[in-house]
Amino acid sequence: MNQALEILLSILLLTGGFFTLAGAIGLARLPDFYTRLHGPTKATTLGVGAIMISSLIYFSVTEGSINMTEILIMVFLVLTAPVSANMMAKAAMHIGVRTTEETRGQGWDQ
Amino acid sequence: MLDRLNFPQPCLSLILFVVWQVLSDGVSGASVVMGLMLAWLIPRLTHGFWPERPPFRKPWKMAGYLLLVTRDIVTASIAVTRLILTPGRPRPVFISYPLTLQNPLAISMLASTISLTPGTVSADVSDDNKLLLIHSLDTEDEQKVIDTIRNRYESRLLEMFQ
Repeated sequence: MNQALEILLSILLLTGGFFTLAGAIGLARLPDFYTRLHGPTKATTLGVGAIMISSLIYFSVTEGSINMTEILIMVFLVLTAPVSANMMAKAAMHIGVRTTEETRGQGWDQ
Repeated sequence: MLDRLNFPQPCLSLILFVVWQVLSDGVSGASVVMGLMLAWLIPRLTHGFWPERPPFRKPWKMAGYLLLVTRDIVTASIAVTRLILTPGRPRPVFISYPLTLQNPLAISMLASTISLTPGTVSADVSDDNKLLLIHSLDTEDEQKVIDTIRNRYESRLLEMFQ
């Protein structure tokens, strides 16, 4: 493996780690349940995506064959993250989780 | 007995088969047999959950749409990360978005797109499929969010599904 590739992989891993960490900090810092939903659907998607791309490149280069499993992980993640966020939001509105005072507008429950 | 061995949803069956081959780390006899069984069984079991298939026109536009969404996911993540890491409180808001799309599959695609892109999570669809409830993390102007979604995503989905 040459050095340029190693640098690229390191950058990808660091980027992934940074965004995953930011998602976790968001969970701790954001004021209410609904705002915390935004962390896992976005920051983490990009974080895991970057880590998966670096894994894909590493194993493709070292083993000489393209490893498709990482692509599947990304596809499943992108397919399921919005659905789980949606279900959590619905459940939260159903049991009437309170929002922060700054929130404008109202959730509905039907 | 033999007339049951058909595939009512060829596309879904094909996708399941290919996904299984990829998951089982290389094509072999066993994975082909297992893949065929899954491709036959799963569409059969989930048949009742599938809404009517929408007319899917201009499928080649899907590639462009996916590229656009991927780019927006990256910018969205950076924006949300900046919001999380800088001091100052977000200004969250619930927005009711009037839907033009009517097809359930198209609406769920729009809802997923909204959940994955800048600062918004789709929270609920009204029972008559006319309103989409969106929670936005940090917004000053609700109308701007509605306009962005309408021009950027819904117009493209409308072209493909209606």
